[in-house]
Amino acid sequence: MTDIAEKPAGNPIVAAARAVFMNMGILPVLLVASVIFFALMEERFLDGRNLFNVVRQTTYLAIVSMGQMVCLLTAGFDLSIGSTMALTSVVSALVMVSVLAGSPEAFTLAITLGLIAGIGVGVIVGSINGIGVAVFNVPPFMMTLGMLSVVVGVALTISGGVPIYGLPKVFKEVFGYGRIIDIPAPLFYTVGLFVALFFILNWTKMGRYFYAIGSNRRAARLSGVKTRKHLLFAYIICGVLASCCGLLLMARTGTGESTIGQPLVLQSVAACVIGGVSLFGGIGRIENVILGAFFITLLTNGMNLIRMESYVQQIVLGSVLILAIVVDQVRLRYMGQLRVD
Amino acid sequence: MSESSGLSTDDPTGAAASTHAASGADEALLQVSGIGKNYGGVRALDFVDFELRRGEVHVLFGENGAGKSTLINILAGAVRPDQGAISLNGRQVSLESVHDARRQGIAAVFQEFSLAAELTVEQNIFLGAERTTGIVLDKRSMRKAAIEIVNRLGFDIPAKAQVSTLSRAQQQMTEIAKAMLTDPKILILDEPTSSLTEREVNQLFELITTLQRSGVAIIYITHRVAEIQQVGDRITVLRDGRYIDTVDAKSTSQQQLVELMIGRPLGDFFPEVSFNPGEVRLAIKDLTTRDGRVRDVSLDVRGGEIVGLAGLVGCGKSEIGRACFGIEPIASGSVEFMGERLRRLDPSTNLARGLSYVPPDRRREGLLLDRPTRENVSLASLDLSTMSMNSVLRRGAERDVTRELAERMRVTPLAMEKEANTYSGGNQQKILLSKYIARENKVFILDEPTVGVDVAAKTEVYEFLKALADEGVAVVLISSELPEILNLSNRVYVIHNGSVRAHFEGDQITEENLLNAFFAEGVEGLNVAAKNA
Repeated sequence: MTDIAEKPAGNPIVAAARAVFMNMGILPVLLVASVIFFALMEERFLDGRNLFNVVRQTTYLAIVSMGQMVCLLTAGFDLSIGSTMALTSVVSALVMVSVLAGSPEAFTLAITLGLIAGIGVGVIVGSINGIGVAVFNVPPFMMTLGMLSVVVGVALTISGGVPIYGLPKVFKEVFGYGRIIDIPAPLFYTVGLFVALFFILNWTKMGRYFYAIGSNRRAARLSGVKTRKHLLFAYIICGVLASCCGLLLMARTGTGESTIGQPLVLQSVAACVIGGVSLFGGIGRIENVILGAFFITLLTNGMNLIRMESYVQQIVLGSVLILAIVVDQVRLRYMGQLRVD
Repeated sequence: MSESSGLSTDDPTGAAASTHAASGADEALLQVSGIGKNYGGVRALDFVDFELRRGEVHVLFGENGAGKSTLINILAGAVRPDQGAISLNGRQVSLESVHDARRQGIAAVFQEFSLAAELTVEQNIFLGAERTTGIVLDKRSMRKAAIEIVNRLGFDIPAKAQVSTLSRAQQQMTEIAKAMLTDPKILILDEPTSSLTEREVNQLFELITTLQRSGVAIIYITHRVAEIQQVGDRITVLRDGRYIDTVDAKSTSQQQLVELMIGRPLGDFFPEVSFNPGEVRLAIKDLTTRDGRVRDVSLDVRGGEIVGLAGLVGCGKSEIGRACFGIEPIASGSVEFMGERLRRLDPSTNLARGLSYVPPDRRREGLLLDRPTRENVSLASLDLSTMSMNSVLRRGAERDVTRELAERMRVTPLAMEKEANTYSGGNQQKILLSKYIARENKVFILDEPTVGVDVAAKTEVYEFLKALADEGVAVVLISSELPEILNLSNRVYVIHNGSVRAHFEGDQITEENLLNAFFAEGVEGLNVAAKNA
C-alpha cells in the first residue's frame, strides 16, 4: 500500500493533483470538495440562481479581504476593519440624512457628501493605524486591536447605538439593489476595486514595495524604499476598502448601523490565508484572495441551504480556517525539503 | 555514562603512535559508507564515504551546495539518509534524532545558533536537559555545572548573562558549552570562526587542541583555506554531493585543495588591479556616531581606487559604512560626496546620488528571501526611468534588465522567477550585488562582501570589485578577511576601537604592518602606562 502511494509516477491523476496542491495550496481542493458535497446534499445548490447569489454575496467579503491582504503583505494586519465599516456607515448615513433634512430634494448633494464623509472615515482610521505602525512601531496587532475598540466606540457614541434610517432611495438603488450595465451594483464596484488593486499590486512601485517590506523590511529600507510612507499607504488603502464595503452594505440594508462588519474581520483574514497569503508578509496573490472570499461565502451559503444551525456554522468556519493553515504549513515544509543546502 | 578508556589523557602514546596498528585507537571511531540523500528530485549526497578517527580534526571542505551541510545534518541526527550505513566504534547505528545522536556521543554546533536569546547562558546550556528534583528545577546544581563547563573550556562568559546581550563570539562559546554538556565523543563545528575576532579564533583553536587531546574527534567545516592547515589533520573534499578525496592537511597545498574543491585548475585567486585614483569622491571628516562606536574618523576615497577598511570584528569599521549610507545616526562630523557636504543622509537619497552600500548580512538586510530573483535585483532601481514611468512599472524592461544583470554577475542557475531562498550562499551574494549595478555608482561601499561564500564565488566577487575600480568607481571594501584587504586595496585604513589607527599605502600594505596595527588592542594598557610615565 504505502509503496504504491510513494510512487507519484504511478497515477497521472494523483501526480496532477499533487502538482496543483504544491503550486496553489489547499484552496482548489476545498472548493471542489465543498461543491461536490453541497451538490450531493442539496440540489438547489448548483442552481444558476443560487450560484449567482453566492457571487453577489461574495462582493462584500471580497472587498475587505483585498484590504486585509494589503496589510498582510506588509507583515501586518488590520483588526479594525469591522469597526471602520460601522463608523463609515454611521457617519455617512448621518451626513446624508442631515443634508436631506435641510433640503429634501438635494439627493445628489446628500449622496456625494455622504460618500466623501464615509471614505474620509476610512482614510482617517487607516492613517491613524498606519502612523502607529509605521512611525511609532506599535505592533499591528495592538494598534489595530486598540483602534477596533476606539472606532466602534465612536460609532456607538455618534449613533447612540440605534440604526439610522431615511437614506435616499437613489443611493440604495445605485449602490445596493440596482444594476449597472446589467451587472448587480455591488458586483460592479467590486470588479472595479479589484482591477484597481490588481494594478497597484502588480504594476506599480508601491505594490512592489508592499511585498518587499513584508518580505524583509530592513532590506527594503536599505534598497531605498521609503518603508514608513508605504506602510502608511497600506493601512490607508485597507481603511478605504473597508469604508467602501461599509457604504455598499449600508446601501443594501438601507440603514446606517454601528453593528455591521464585525464578523468580516475573521472572515477576511480567513479568505486571505486560505487564498495563500502568508501571515508573515511578502507572499500572496490577489486573485486567490478573491477565490478565498468566494469559497467562504460558498461554504456559508451551502450550510444555510442544508439548514445547518448558525452556531454550528461558526464551528465549521473556524475549523476550516485552522485546517487551511495546518495544511499550508505541511505544504511549506514539504517544499522546504526540496531546497538544497 | 561510562567513558571508554581511549578518551582519557593517561595514555596519549598509544593513541598517537600507533597510526599503523590494525586495531585499537587507529580503528575508525565513525565510519560512513555509501550514504545518499535526495531532496525531491535533487541528489544532495551521492554515495559518500567518510571516516573519522579518534582525536583527529577532520575538515569537510567543498563549495556551497557540495553536500557538507547535508552530511553533517545526517550525522547530527537532524536528517535521515536514504541509503548507506553509519557505524560508531565498528557497530552499525541509526541516528533517529538530534537527541538520539547526542545520546550516542555526537553533538553539533551549527552555524545558525540554536540559542534562546531571552534566556541566560546557564539556562541555554541546560535547555532541553534540565536537571530537576521531582518537578522542581535544580537551579543550584545547574549553575554549578554550567560554571564548571565554561571554566573547563576556558571561556569568558558569565553564566547569568542573558544571551541576547552577548557578542556573537560569546554566543558561539555558549553554543559549544551546550554541546559539551553531554561529553560527546564527536563534535561537529560548522564554520565556527566566521564571526570571531582573531583572538577569539586562537582561543577556539586552543580549545580544539584540548578536546583533541582528550580523545574527542572533531568534524570541522570552514570556507577559510588558511584555517584548514592550522587546525586540520585530514581533509575530505566533497563536490556536487560526491566524495572526491581525503587528503592529509599538512602535506596538501592551499592551491591543491581549492582545485580539488572546484574540480578544475584555478587561475590567480586575486585579480591584479591597477589603480588610477582620480578626484576625491567620498570624504569623511571627524565623524562620530551617536552610539559612539565611531569616533572622530576622517578618511577619503578617490574614484578608481579600492580603499580597505580593516580591523577586528566589532572595531567600528562596519559602522563607518553604515553612517555614510544613512542608517547609523551621526552625532557630529560630516560626509562629503563629490565635493559636496551632504545634508540629507538616508538610503533612498544616497542611492539616487550614486552611493551604494552592500550590507554584510544578506539574509537579514540584503535579500527578500521569499521573493523572486527578479524582484530582488530590481528593488533598488525601480525608480529609474528604465524601470518605471510615473510610478507604473515597466515589467518587460524589468525582466530584461534584471536578467542581463544577473547574467553579468553569473548567478547560477539563472532562474529569475525562483525565490532568492533557493540559491546557495555564493549565488545569493551575487544576486545581492546585481541589485546595485543597475544604477550608475560613483561610490560603492561593501561590507564583508564574501562572508559565507565559496571560493569560486569569491573570485567572482573580486573580479567584480576590480571591474568597479577599472570603471572609475570609488570602492570602499570593509572586510575582516585579511587576504582580501592585502590583495585588493590601494590604500588601507586600520580601524581600532572606533577610530582610525593607521593608514597604509602601496608597499606599506603588508600582513605584518596591518597585524601590528590590529594587535595594538592587547597592548593598549601599555600605551596608557607609557603616556602616564
